[in-house]
Amino acid sequence: MNIAVAIDTVPQDTPPSVSETGPAPKRVVVAYGFWIFLLSDIIMFAALFASYAVLVRSTAGGPGGAQLFNQVTVAIETVCLLVSSYTCGLMSLAINSRYRLGTYLGAILTFALGAAFLTLEIREFSDMIARGATPERSAFLSAFFTLVGCHGLHVTLGLIWLVVMMVQVAVMGFVPAVERRLLCFSLFWHALDIVWVGLFTVVYLMGVSP
Amino acid sequence: MNLLGKLDWNAVPLHEPIIMGATAGMVLIVVVVLGFITMKGAWLYLWRDWITSVDHKRIGVMYIILALVMMLRGFSDAIMMRAQQAVAAGGAQGYLPPEHFDQIFSAHGTIMIFFMAMPFVVGVMNFAVPLQLGIRDVAFPTLNSVSFWLTASGALLINVSLAIGEFSKAGWTGYAPLSELQFSPGVGVDYYLWSLQISGLGTLLAGINFVTTILKMRAPGMGYMRMPVFCWTALATNLLIVAAFPILTAALAMLLLDRYLGFHFFTLSGQGNQMLYANLFWVWGHPEVYILILPAFGIFSEVIATFSGKPLFGYRSMVAATMAICVLSFLVWLHHFFTMGASANVNGFFGVMTMIIAVPTGVKVFNWLFTMYGGRVRFSVPVLWSVGFMLTFVIGGMTGVLMAVPPADFQLHNSVFLIAHFHNVIIGGVVFGLMAGYNYWFPKAFGFKLDERWGKASFWCWFTGFYLAFMPLYLLGLMGMTRRMQHYDDLTWQPWLLVAMLGTVIILAGIACQVVQLVVSIRNRDKLRVGSDPWDARTLEWATASPPPAWNFAVQPRVSGIDALWSSKQRVLATKGESSPGRAYEPIEMPKNSATGFVTAFFAVVIGFAMIWHIWWMAGLGVFGAFVTLLALAFRRHAEFEVPAEQIARFERAHQAGVAA
Repeated sequence: MNIAVAIDTVPQDTPPSVSETGPAPKRVVVAYGFWIFLLSDIIMFAALFASYAVLVRSTAGGPGGAQLFNQVTVAIETVCLLVSSYTCGLMSLAINSRYRLGTYLGAILTFALGAAFLTLEIREFSDMIARGATPERSAFLSAFFTLVGCHGLHVTLGLIWLVVMMVQVAVMGFVPAVERRLLCFSLFWHALDIVWVGLFTVVYLMGVSP
Repeated sequence: MNLLGKLDWNAVPLHEPIIMGATAGMVLIVVVVLGFITMKGAWLYLWRDWITSVDHKRIGVMYIILALVMMLRGFSDAIMMRAQQAVAAGGAQGYLPPEHFDQIFSAHGTIMIFFMAMPFVVGVMNFAVPLQLGIRDVAFPTLNSVSFWLTASGALLINVSLAIGEFSKAGWTGYAPLSELQFSPGVGVDYYLWSLQISGLGTLLAGINFVTTILKMRAPGMGYMRMPVFCWTALATNLLIVAAFPILTAALAMLLLDRYLGFHFFTLSGQGNQMLYANLFWVWGHPEVYILILPAFGIFSEVIATFSGKPLFGYRSMVAATMAICVLSFLVWLHHFFTMGASANVNGFFGVMTMIIAVPTGVKVFNWLFTMYGGRVRFSVPVLWSVGFMLTFVIGGMTGVLMAVPPADFQLHNSVFLIAHFHNVIIGGVVFGLMAGYNYWFPKAFGFKLDERWGKASFWCWFTGFYLAFMPLYLLGLMGMTRRMQHYDDLTWQPWLLVAMLGTVIILAGIACQVVQLVVSIRNRDKLRVGSDPWDARTLEWATASPPPAWNFAVQPRVSGIDALWSSKQRVLATKGESSPGRAYEPIEMPKNSATGFVTAFFAVVIGFAMIWHIWWMAGLGVFGAFVTLLALAFRRHAEFEVPAEQIARFERAHQAGVAA
C-alpha cells in the first residue's frame, strides 16, 4: 500500500494539552538545552565530590584539611561569589530592558568579583603548594585540588565567556542570539554558585570540624 | 627540550610484521578511497552536502558509516583473538606475542563499545527521531554536527595508535592500577584516555541535544503518550547519556591527572584507592549497557508492530518498562565486581536489584510476542533479526540473572562465561537490533530497499555463527577458563575453542553477505526503488518522501493519536483516497551548513595527539584553534536561510506524482 497521505488535515476538536502544543519557541529550547547541560555538569561534580568523600581521610601521613584551610579567605571568596551572582542578576534585568550601560556595569561588577574570587583561590593554592601540600603529596590533596580546581576552572571559563559576551553586545547589539547566550551565561554563573555552596560545606566546613 | 615530546621514529613498530601489514592495508584503503573521490571529482559535493551538513539525516548516515567501518576493525581484532586461542594450547604460544594480544583485546572492546555500538545507536536515533516526531531537525543542528565529528576524532585517534605508538594493554575498562604510569608507562593508555574523552564529549553533547529535541520539539498534537516507542527509548537512552557520561569523563580525567601530573587518585602510593576507579567506571558502565540496548528495544518495537500489521501490544507498559529500566540501571553497577570485598548486605542489595531489572525486560519480550500473536507477520529481513533477537536475548538475560547471584558470580567472575554472557546480550540484543534498524530504515534514507536474499543470508550466518562462537564459551567458563588468555595449558579446552573459531568464521561470512547486500542493492537500485511507505508502516517518518527532503515535512504534521501515519492512512481509505486540493506552502527556515563541527574536531585531534605524545606547544595551538573556531561561530550573523515556498511546492508535486505512479 502506498498512499499519498495528507497528514495536516486532522481535525483538532479538543484543545491540546500542554504536551501537545508543538515545538517550543527557540528561546525556551535553548535555555532548556542549557539546563540539561548544567545538569550533566553537576553530575560530573557529583563524581568529584564522591571521590573527595572517599579519599578525604587518605592523607598518607601528610596534612589534612584542618591544618590547611583558612576560613577567613574562604569566607571572603564565598562572599565575592555570592555577590557576583547578585550583580549577574542585575545584569539580566538590564538586558531585559535592553539597557546597554546597565548591562556593561553589571558585567564589570560580576567580572571583578569573579576575578577576586579566583585570585584568592589561586593564592590559597599557591600557599598550600609552598607549604609542601601539593596534589602529589596524598590522595586527599589530589582530590581536593581536583574538586576545587575544577570549580575554579569553570569560573575562569565563565569570565572568558562574559568578556566575549560583552564584545558581542557591543558589536552585534541585543539580537535574539546574543540575548539567548546571555541567558545561558547567567544560568551557568548561578549554577557555579550552587556548586560552590556544596563545596564550601563539604570541603571547608566539614573539613575543619573535628 | 624536545619539540616533538616523546614522539620519534621508534614509535612506529617497523619490526612487527602483523601491525605493519595491518597499517599498510589501512593506508591502502584510505588512499584508494581518497583517489576514488578525487577521480569522481566529488570533493566539493562531499564538503558541501556531507562534511559541513547539519541535516540530522545526513549526520545519522555518517554516524552509521563510521560504525560499520569500525565494526570491520573491531571484528578483525576478534577473529585474531579467536585464531590465537584456537592454536595456543599446551606449550604452543600461537602467533601473537602477549603484548600484542593484550592490545588487541583492549582495542576490540574499546572499539566495539565506543566506536561501533555507540555511533550506530546515535546514528539511528539521529536519522529516525526527528522524522518520527514530525519536526524539521534536532534542537541544535550545528551542535549535532560537532558531536558527530568529535566521535569521529576519537575513532581516528584509536586507528592512529595502530601505526604510531601502541594501544592500551589494560583492557577496555582500563582498570587502575594497571592503567597507571607505574605499570603502563607507554602511550597506549593515553591513546585510550584521550580518544574516549574526545568522543565522550561528542556523545554527551548528542545526549543533551536529543533530550531537548524529544522533550521540547514534538509535532503539534504529539503528547508524550503518543510518541512512537522508539522515541521513548531514545529519550531514556539520552537521559542516561546525560546522567552517566559525565561520570566517565570525571573518572578518566582523574586517571589522566594521575598519569600526567602525579596525582594519587588510583595509585598504589599516596593512599590512592584503586576500587574507586572500578566503582566510577561502572557507575557509568552499567547505564551504558542500557544506553545501547534501549534503542534496540525501540527498533524491535517499531519493526514488530509494522510487520505484524498491528498496533504494539501494551504501549503503556512498554513505556513504563523503558523508564523503569532507565532508573534501575543506576542501581546495579556493583554486580560488575562482587569480588571487591564489600559486605554481604551490599552484594545482596545489588544482586537483588540486578534480578529486578530483568522484570521490565521480560515485560517487553511478552509485549513483542503478543504483538505478533494473531498478526499477519511478514517475515522480512528486519523481522528475522527481531525474532532471532528474542530467542538469543532471553538466553543472555537468563545467564545474566544467574550471575546476579553473588556466590555464583564469585565462581564465574572474570571467566569466559562472563564473556559469553555479555556478547550474548550485546550481539543478540544491540547488534541484531541495529541490523534490524539498518534494514528497516535504509529505504527511507536512500529511496531503495536492501536486497532481501543477501539480507536473509547475512542473518542466518550471523545467527548460527553467534551460537557456535559463544555457546562453547559458556562451557569453557564453567570449566574454569579465565578471560584474556594469550595461551593456556589445558588441552581439553582446545576443541571448544576450535568450535568458537568456526563460529567466528561463519559470522565473517555474515559480514561478507552484508557487504555484498549493500553492493548488490546499490547496483540494482532502480529495481529496488520504493515510495514513501514501503513497509506499510505506522509512524510519521514514512509519511514523507524517501529520501526525505532537507526540510523533512512540507507542512508541519498534526498528530491526533498513537501511530499517526496509520490512522491517517485509515482515514484516506475511508474517504476513498480523495486527495486534498492544491495546498498553499509556506517558506521554511532551515539552519545553514557549518564547518564548525569538522574544524573543531580537527583541533580536537590535534589536542589529543599532542597530549598523548607530550607535545605541549601543539596542544596549546589546538586549544587556541578550537577557541577561535567557536568565536567565529558565535559571531556569525546569519545562522538560517529560507527555503522558498515554490521550491517546496515543486518537490511535493513531484513526490505526489511519484506516489501516484
